[in-house]
Parts: sequence; structure tokens; C-alpha cells
Amino acid sequence: MVALTAEKQDQNLLSRMAAGDGHGENSAYFDGWKAYEENPFHPIDRPDGVIQMGLAENQLCGDLMRKWVLEHPEASICTAEGVNQFSDIAIFQDYHGLPEFRQAVAKFMEKTRNNKVKFDPDRIVMSGGATGAHETVAFCLANPGDGFLVPTPYYPGFDRDLRWRTGVNLVPVTCHSSNGFKITIEALEAAYENARVSNIPVKGLLITNPSNPLGTTLDRDCLKSLVNFTNDKGIHLIADEIYAATTFGESEFISVAEVIEEVPDCNRDLIHIVYSLSKDMGLPGLRVGIVYSYNDRVVQIARKMSSFGLVSSQTQHLIAKMLSDEDFVDEFIRKSKLRLAARHAELTTGLDSLGIGWLKAGAGLFIWMDLRNLLKTATFDSEMELWRVIVHKVKLNVSPGGSCHCHEPGWFRVCFANMDHKTMETALERIRVFTSQLEEESLKPTKPMSKKKKCWQSSLRLSFQDTRRFEEGFFSPHSPVPHSPLVRAQI
Amino acid sequence: MGLLSRKATCNTHGQDSSYFLGWEEYEKNPYDDIKNPDGIIQMGLAENQLSFDLIESWLSKNPEAANFEREGQSIFRELALFQDYHGLPSFKNAMADFMSENRGNRVSFDPKKLVLTAGATSANETLMFCLADAGDAFLLPTPYYPGFDRDLKWRTGAEIVPIQCTSANGFQITKSALEEAYEQAQKLHLKVKGVLITNPSNPLGTTTTRTELNHLLDFVSRKNIHLISDEIYSGTVFTSPGFISVMEVLKEKKLENTDVSKRVHIVYSLSKDLGLPGFRVGVIYSNDDIVVDAATKMSSFGLISSQTQYLLSALLSDKNFTQNYLKENQIRLKKRHAKLVSGLEAAGVECLKSNAGLFCWVDMRHLLSSNTFEAEIELWKKIVYEVKLNISPGSSCHCNEPGWFRVCFANMSEETLKVALNRLKMFVDGPSSTSRSQSEHQRLKSLRKMKVSNWVFRLSFQDREPEER
Repeated sequence: MVALTAEKQDQNLLSRMAAGDGHGENSAYFDGWKAYEENPFHPIDRPDGVIQMGLAENQLCGDLMRKWVLEHPEASICTAEGVNQFSDIAIFQDYHGLPEFRQAVAKFMEKTRNNKVKFDPDRIVMSGGATGAHETVAFCLANPGDGFLVPTPYYPGFDRDLRWRTGVNLVPVTCHSSNGFKITIEALEAAYENARVSNIPVKGLLITNPSNPLGTTLDRDCLKSLVNFTNDKGIHLIADEIYAATTFGESEFISVAEVIEEVPDCNRDLIHIVYSLSKDMGLPGLRVGIVYSYNDRVVQIARKMSSFGLVSSQTQHLIAKMLSDEDFVDEFIRKSKLRLAARHAELTTGLDSLGIGWLKAGAGLFIWMDLRNLLKTATFDSEMELWRVIVHKVKLNVSPGGSCHCHEPGWFRVCFANMDHKTMETALERIRVFTSQLEEESLKPTKPMSKKKKCWQSSLRLSFQDTRRFEEGFFSPHSPVPHSPLVRAQI
Repeated sequence: MGLLSRKATCNTHGQDSSYFLGWEEYEKNPYDDIKNPDGIIQMGLAENQLSFDLIESWLSKNPEAANFEREGQSIFRELALFQDYHGLPSFKNAMADFMSENRGNRVSFDPKKLVLTAGATSANETLMFCLADAGDAFLLPTPYYPGFDRDLKWRTGAEIVPIQCTSANGFQITKSALEEAYEQAQKLHLKVKGVLITNPSNPLGTTTTRTELNHLLDFVSRKNIHLISDEIYSGTVFTSPGFISVMEVLKEKKLENTDVSKRVHIVYSLSKDLGLPGFRVGVIYSNDDIVVDAATKMSSFGLISSQTQYLLSALLSDKNFTQNYLKENQIRLKKRHAKLVSGLEAAGVECLKSNAGLFCWVDMRHLLSSNTFEAEIELWKKIVYEVKLNISPGSSCHCNEPGWFRVCFANMSEETLKVALNRLKMFVDGPSSTSRSQSEHQRLKSLRKMKVSNWVFRLSFQDREPEER
């Protein structure tokens, strides 16, 4: 018998899941996170550090939140004002959740959808953040080997959340910049057919609306056509609406909950919403995820599965109190949208002045930046090269489109809501310096490349023509995790 | 093609078992000393409600922690954003220290080997995902916590093969029982990946002996498999022989830093020792870096709320508090346990001699009409419907001998316990269950038929309460 090496023995002792890399964190994109981790920007202590623009967090309204918490000590079960509830809350582990929590969350979901629909608190099922919600929905709706259709580009974390422990496949629905990355019926049908040919039974379509990474919202007609598509095929429609309240300007968010009211023969057993307070309220640390299903059986089963990721009762209590304060909630949503709009405008105005394109969109905590004309060749290798320059030389951690499974190289997701105004100014200044250096380079007479030339200069040229050539079988690396596992506590 | 997954339509979640009938009845008719004095008393809930006042008192003396402040500044904002799956360092440090304290500081725990999870429920499932492929098996000594059927098997596809323990030796785990279980798994063509024990045991309330731990370590060493020790009740040991953690035995046998030590994993939680099940605080401790790494990534599906991590890091870092708490909690548990035991004795009912846990393993074999599980369920239904006590039948814990019941004592006031014990005494002193009249037998039969059909109907349409331990 062949003796196994110690490592191989180890691998055999553990599950394939633990020994494999289905978690998706072995990707090259970790360079960006590492670069930030090793040298994080600070306006005073580290003015040359890497600015984190890869983290989709809403940090613009923390002051409002903090103020409310300080003014409402009864919302905590630890303060003198709230401790009389301590023992009741501390023993509460019923997976139905605190009724007042569910009611408050249902109300909040209604407000963030402009009160156009009603949500039933009895359909609210808790989960460990939207991360837990997605995995739970996948466990409920699909068997190992089944597939979900997902429009590209999509949130890199889906590769882990939907696939890792469930064994479910993701089948991309390719969207193109030529029509603003809108989801077309042709693309859906093509993806459905691809799955069929690959022997992957399709169980559902997962959309993120508003979109991550695009920041766009789906219009009513598009949503209706998606509902009709899934209804006709008899497959599920899962709508991740985690960015529901991040619309600003004239953008309107239309929830799938609204649209199903307008599709009379819609089979509601196929409709499910994933939600969370991590983006709209800026509370990712509290792990408040929600599965909202119109299918009674799914509600039942997801609720049983929620035992694996219940929301801490201490947090349920706080959130119940906070979200029941309707004046606070209305004010919070209003101010949050204004601040998002302002920060978005700051970034996009800056990019406009530098001639850098971005996808027109009115939601989310990021923009989808177009750097296709900076690619040496229209390939993902070139995108990676450019990305490394942006991370290591320009010192901005942004997310390359390839990590989001974008079909076309050259797009980058750039977050804007996780920094203050001064940091944004600094980031824009760095981009300005970078682009002007590139212009200078392109105007110089061509010289043979010397070894002394900095690598970033040799890998770039400004192209004034659209000479994109799409390589077939482009390399699409695994996606990095949505938040850096390398982020150490600052607390 | 089915609309839902197989996992959604099967019943491996285990929540359709007869065990839940008692829960349902309690929910419909819960005891309240004033409002509903004839209601059902909940004795199926392994919760520790005896020591909240100690925590509340700590909170009143520590307003900074209570108010999410540090040095006068609110840190709510930082907490709100903190979602690093490595967890709050101060919390992990405090947890590692607390675990050591629970073991008399005879072993120390490295915070870097700790993984935070949403309760022990999630910790156990996560370990299964890390150690077993679908179809692999873990050996578990019976009787065991009914929730394991869901936690270890449901979404993981793993199997459980029982290690049969009997009252002949106080349900201790023997070498031969281990071997038999392993052989049984082979017969079923199941690859055994490890053994999982609960120490102190649920439902027995006993600590695992050094001899048993030695057998277990030898066994897993020879078979090259894992050993998971769920030590969730480690802080509830209230009298001798005292708690011995598998980590201590590893140390004694000088097996630290060996291959075997990498296959020993501990699960812990604050749900029982501190009585905080609502906060969802679970922990995996492993000496295997790959397991720690994989489990940490998997914890993304159930992180502990940062708000809760912060509060508990402050609480557990206060050594004065933890030392006093552990001591006082044990004193209270011991007293309450003694009350239950003497109350049962007065009713002529014995229980397994125990030194830990929040329950007793009660011997009602002499009250069975026959030595069968049917008779056990008959007796159990009587206790639920007539005596109005919700207790847990041994069959729900996969006990292989009928007649044993788990009865909890730490989730109610002393007065309620008295009422419960009176009811039981009256029931036992009444007509003997071994000389039932014909009419009584008929009555029971029709009671059973009616309740079972109602139960089946209800189970299809209603949710169940989550299982407690």
C-alpha cells in the first residue's frame, strides 16, 4: 500500500468541502485586500496608504444611528432603562423571532419600497445576514447538481454562498455593455439552454435588484418579463433586494413584491426575496438577514433552517425598537439617500472631468467604472495587469469586473459610501495624477522599452480607438470574498 | 421535477417526531401559578434560568459596556460595521480564558484556534461539513440530544450510528460498545469519520469518566478518526466527580501536538452555562489549522452579532465576575438538583446519579405497563395530558431501553418545581400502572388514537418550536 504523505492523510481525514477551495478565497484578487491590509490609508498617519474602494458599505449615516442609540437606552437590554428585559430576551431562542422584531422589519421593508406593498410579518424568516439567507434559500429550492441562473456581472460572494456547501451550480446569464447590461429574454433563454446542454436542471433565477456591482435598478417592464419567464418555465425567482433603500436622485426602486400584484397568473410559490439591514441601515456587524418567501412550505423549512443562523435576541430587541421609531426611520432613509447622492455625485463629477466613463445608475454604494480604453488588449489578463497597477501604484483597492464574472474586460466596481469626503478627494486626486501621467506617456515618442521602465508604464497605453478583441475562453478567476477576511478588528 | 429540494421535503430535520407533541401541548396550555395553575409545566426545556440576577447586577455596575462605550466614547458605529469572521479579538481572548477557567485552568485554550458560530447548533453542523462528506457516519453514544439528528445530518447528508449504552453500567461508554458501533457502520457500508460525545452528557447529566475518555482516545487513534466533544454543559458540573475535558486527557497522555490531538475538536456555547441561548454564541475549538480555517470561512453563514460579542467580551473579561458566577451558579444548580431528586424519591421514583447538567435522567421503568417503547409513549402521554408535565421520553433521545425520561429542573422557579413534584407524587400514588382496569386501558387506547391523528394533522400545517437541549 502506498504510504500517504502527512498532508495527503490530512486531506483524506477532512471532508472534500473543507479540503477544497469552494470558499473562493484562493483567488488572485486577494492582492488587493492584502495591499490594503498591509498599508491602509489614513489621512494623517498613512497618507500614502491604499484607499479601500472595494468595500460596499454604507458608512454615511453612522452619526444618526449613534445618536438614536444614545437617546434610547431602553433599546438595549443592558442599560438601567432596559435591563428589566434582560432575562426574557436572553433566553429567547424561538426561531420564529421576536414578534415585534418581525413586525418592525416588515414595516421597514414597506417603507423602503415607498409603501407600495405590504409585507406579512409571519413570512419574515431570520438568517445569518444575507449570506445565510442565500445559502438557506439554495438548500430549500435546489438539490446538489441543480443550477440557478444569475445575470452577470454579479456579486462575487454568490459563488460561495450559493454553491459551496449546497453543491448547487450557478449558470451565468450574460449581459452586455451595449445595452447597459440589461437582462434580455434572449440571454435568459440562452443561459437556460446552456444549462440544459450541460445537464444542469435549472431551479431558479437569482437577480440582485438594485444590482451589485452595476448600481442599476430594474424597470417595471423588465421585472414583469422576468416574472413571466420564471413563471412560464416553472422555476423560482429569487430577488436579492439588499440595496433597496440605496436609490438616490430620480431612480425608483420597484420590488418584485410590487410587480407580482400586476401579474395575475403568477405562481407565488415561486417568488422569494432575500433582504438584510447591512446596506440600507449600514449595520453589517449585527447580522440581520431575512428570507421572505411567498411559498408557505419554504417559509416553514427556511424557519427550521434558521436555527443555524438566528439573529441574536439582543439584536432583535434593539432593531425592533429602532425600526418601530417611524420618525427616526423616515428621517434616516431620507438623509441616507441625500448623502449617498452627494457622495456619488462627487465621485462621478470627478471622473467626468477626467474623461473616465461609468455606467449611468442611480442606486447602490458603488459605481461601475469603464476603463476599457486603458486596457492594452481587450482581455482579462490586461484587466488584471491594469488592476494591479491601480492597487499597487495608484493605491486604490477597487474590484475588477472579472471577479464579478463580467463578460467584458475593463470594468471596475468602485465603492464610495465607505469613506469620508476628504478620502474621496484624495482618491480622485490620485486618479487625476494617474490619468495625466498616462497622457504624458502616450504623447512621448515611442522608445524601445528599457528594463528600468516601471512595469506599470509599459503595460498601459491610452487607446483612442476601439480595438477590443475578445478572446475566447477568457480566464475568469474566482471571486474574492465580499468583505476582507484580512480586516482585523479596529476595536 | 419537484418544486423544492429533497432536503426541504424530507423530514430529517426531525421535527415531526412524537417528541414535539409535548411541546405543542405545553404551548396550548402553559402553566402559570396565577393565571393558569392547571396548565402544563414545562420540564422538557434544558435552560438555566437560575443565575440571571448575577449578570444583571454586573450590568448595573458596568455602564460603559452596557452602553457600548469605551473611555467615554460610543463605539456603536465601529460595532455596527464589524463583520470580520475572525471575530472580535477581545471576545475570543475572553472566551478562551473562560473555557480554561471552566476546566480549573488545567488546560489553556489558544484564541487563534477558536471559531465563533451562531450557537452550538451551528458549530456542530459546521464541524460535520468540515469532517464528513455526505454519506459518511459519526458514532454517537445513546441516549443523545434529539437535536443532533437535525444538526449533524439534515443539510450535511451525514449519518449517525449509535453506540449503545445501557443502564447496566450507568450508560457509560464501553470499549465493546464502540467496536460494535463501528462494525455496525461497516455492515451498513458507511465510512466512519469520527465519534461525537457530549460531556457532560445530555440527557444523562453525568460527566464522562477518565476511563471512558481514555477508551475514546485509544479508539479514535487506532481507527484514525475524529473525536468531537460537545462540552456545552461544562460549567454546570455542581458536584464530584468533577469535569474532565478531553483536552485534559490529551495533555495527561502527552498527546498534545500529535496527529491524534489534531483530530480532537471541542464544541462550546454560552447557552447553558450562562443561560444566554438567545444570544447565539457558539464556539468550535480545533487543533487542526485546516479545520479552523475552513470552519472560520463557513462561519460567514452564522456570525455572532458584533453587539453581542462586545457585551460578552466585557462580561467574560471580568475575572471577578466569572469566578463568582461559576461558583454561585454551581451552588444553585446543586440545590435545585437535590430538590428534584428528593421530590422524585418521595414519589418512589429514582434517577441516574448525576453531577451535572440542567436535568435528571429519571427511571420510570417500574411504571411501564410493559417493557416496550409503546408502553413508554403511553406513559409519557399520560404524564403530558393527565399529570400535565412536559418531560422528554427516552426514545426521543434514542435510548435503547424503554422507561427513562429526561426531566429538567433549572428552567422554573422553586415553587413551580414543588407543584410539579406534587403532581407526580399524586400520579404515582394513584392506581398502579401495572394493574390497569379494562376501562382504563380502553380509555388510554382511544386517547392515543385521537391524539395521534390530531398530531399528524397538526404537524402538516404548523410550525414547531425549535428544539432545546
